[in-house]
Amino acid sequence: MKKLLTGNYAASYGAILSRAEVISAYPITPQTQIVEKLSTMVAEGKLSAEFINVESERSALAVCMGASATGVRAFTATSAQGLALMHELLHWTAGARLPLVLVNVNRAMAPGWTVWCDENDSLSQRDTGWIQIYCESNQEVLDSVIQAYRIAERIMLPVMICMDGIFLSHTQEIVDVPEQEKVDRFLPPYKPPVFLDTSSPHAFGSLTPPPVYFEFRYKLQQAMDEAQAEIEETGKEFGNIFGRNYGLLDEYLLNGAEIAVVALGTVCGTCRVAIDRLNKKGNKIGMLRIRTFRPLPKKKVLEDLRGVKKIMVIDRNISYGHHGILHQEIKSALYRELNIPVFGFIAGLGGRDITPEDIEQMVNYTLKHEEPDTDILWWGVNR
Amino acid sequence: MKIFNIPEEENMNPGHVACPGCASALSMRFALKALGRETILVVPACCWSVIDGPFPYSSVKVPLFHIAFGTTAAFASGIRAALKMKNKKANVVVWCGDGEAFDIGFQTLSGAAERKEDIIFVCYDNEGYMNTGIQRSSATPIRAWTTTTPKKYPKQELKKDLVEIFAAHKIPYAATATVAFPEDMIRKFSRAKEIRGLKLIHILSPCPSGWKFPENLTVKISRLAVETGIFPLYEVEYGEKYTVNHIPKWLPVEEYLKKQGRFSHLTEKDCQEKRAYIEKKWLELREKSKSLEKIPILVNN
Ligand SMILES: Cc1ncc(C[n+]2csc(CCOP(=O)(O)OP(=O)(O)O)c2C)c(N)n1
Ligand code: SF4
Ligand SMILES: [Mg+2]
Repeated sequence: MKKLLTGNYAASYGAILSRAEVISAYPITPQTQIVEKLSTMVAEGKLSAEFINVESERSALAVCMGASATGVRAFTATSAQGLALMHELLHWTAGARLPLVLVNVNRAMAPGWTVWCDENDSLSQRDTGWIQIYCESNQEVLDSVIQAYRIAERIMLPVMICMDGIFLSHTQEIVDVPEQEKVDRFLPPYKPPVFLDTSSPHAFGSLTPPPVYFEFRYKLQQAMDEAQAEIEETGKEFGNIFGRNYGLLDEYLLNGAEIAVVALGTVCGTCRVAIDRLNKKGNKIGMLRIRTFRPLPKKKVLEDLRGVKKIMVIDRNISYGHHGILHQEIKSALYRELNIPVFGFIAGLGGRDITPEDIEQMVNYTLKHEEPDTDILWWGVNR
Repeated sequence: MKIFNIPEEENMNPGHVACPGCASALSMRFALKALGRETILVVPACCWSVIDGPFPYSSVKVPLFHIAFGTTAAFASGIRAALKMKNKKANVVVWCGDGEAFDIGFQTLSGAAERKEDIIFVCYDNEGYMNTGIQRSSATPIRAWTTTTPKKYPKQELKKDLVEIFAAHKIPYAATATVAFPEDMIRKFSRAKEIRGLKLIHILSPCPSGWKFPENLTVKISRLAVETGIFPLYEVEYGEKYTVNHIPKWLPVEEYLKKQGRFSHLTEKDCQEKRAYIEKKWLELREKSKSLEKIPILVNN
């Protein structure tokens, strides 16, 4: 059924259709409507789940972890400060191999107080062992939450679905809400191999000395590697049932392109508009949208970028003291494989608009230069 | 002849990794006798994250999840919610040190109490951060030595009164217990099992390594804490109904203090101060507990 939905409602429908059984979250703009929607649905008996109104994000994630460790499907959602507060438990969730799904509504980090978008919050959780998927539309948010449970539960790793705050969370789009019966076919009930069970007692997460700790981490990385095939297969199967295909990456007009724009999140939608305009004038510009940031599909990134003359990365984030996070990731993927100049733009921090004109001008800069003038190409900053 | 009424069922394995004479290991043994195998334990960072044994061992015969410091009451709430969804029953028990209950997990515990989570929250209180090497916590008694409160400048602040704080949350059951009174402790766990909502059990857990006393004195120190009046054994229901379980013999407080290296620097004035605090606590308890109306409070010099 087609509905007009904000990103927050799309995420909520994703959790509802996935039959999340325990939900816990703490309100933070711009994620709040997810908490309101799901708690109301549970309170009114429209959703068969336990909703726990906790006193902090740390507790919200802890509740979900406890539920997941007991063998039920759990869901949480947060943003920026809340995600940062969860940091220790993000490591714990992945290390304990609990297949939770968390929706992060991307918001810039304080100070100063801000509720507007950038992706520093989730990108700085890169190394916690969570799969990270970045969405471009509200439809993708809903579809990705459903896919996330299947991926998570098959490889026993948590999945973070990221959507840009305000741009998606508070913007209505037409979203096709799948039928429950079809979702049930796609996503079987969660049946973990081990869980907290009094008839089969185990200790979880005990003191782990050097002779064994290393192997647990090796296995976590192996799971991340396996996740690539799982994400692809899940995306394809989703397409077979629902008619919308998803993959690790999303390529736009890359065939024969001379410049590849690499980005993630909603700026990619803006890029499509700018690229269409530029190509009408005879340019050959394409785009690589990084849908799956962790695991980073390095081989596929290389395949997609082979043949372009220049790469333009647009980062709505920064790793202070280095440069854009995606910029750094793409460069490391290219190492010794492709010798292509990478132009690293930083734009739109704290929710500043990135318009199609901005993108066109970034492309024009890239066309005019053999190499970038500086390591960071600050876009639109008033110095 | 005195006949002890302690269940024979053992839900601890023969081995564990606690220091010899550790009251928290003994407390777990008693607790599991009362709780039985239909129990799930949640343990944060504390001595018990070591005591249970390294991977792949466990010293208990029930499932146990090690979770981050400061998150136990929420994690346990998640287990309870999941059991509800699965239509399954079990005692969901947090087993933690004073660091979790009094300090880093205090907010989370308060949240769980307010939500009336159906969990048993047990704090084995050894009055300091022992796992990290005897630092002060907000459960460390006034004037005690720890590695962060040296004898020249011992702890200056009073211990938080955990039971009173959670009595003020109106939880259905809060109780104190200690190992020298195993029947009392077992009875309290058995009661907690039958009550719905958040139950708090505050165990005074003498720690030979951190309190600096010989390991064969654990039970004696536990008994002295009660018989001097320092650690009253009592229960509170819904923050209103107070029951004192044992009237102290009012032994001199020095008998308790002098046996422990952490108090070896205490002066007569400090002991006098201690007596004043004990008297104050018992006056409050007598006021709140109907069963105590007539007892004399004889904090001894
Ligand atoms: C977030 C965090 N901070 C600090 C620590 C280090 N740490 C581990 S156990 C502990 C103290 C535990 O004290 P308590 O709860 O009283 O238990 P005990 O060791 O005395 O049994 C500390 C500070 C940690 N594991 N996690
Ligand atoms: S330090 Fe104290 S509480 Fe910890 S195991 Fe040793 S005796 Fe027990
Ligand atoms: Mg302690």
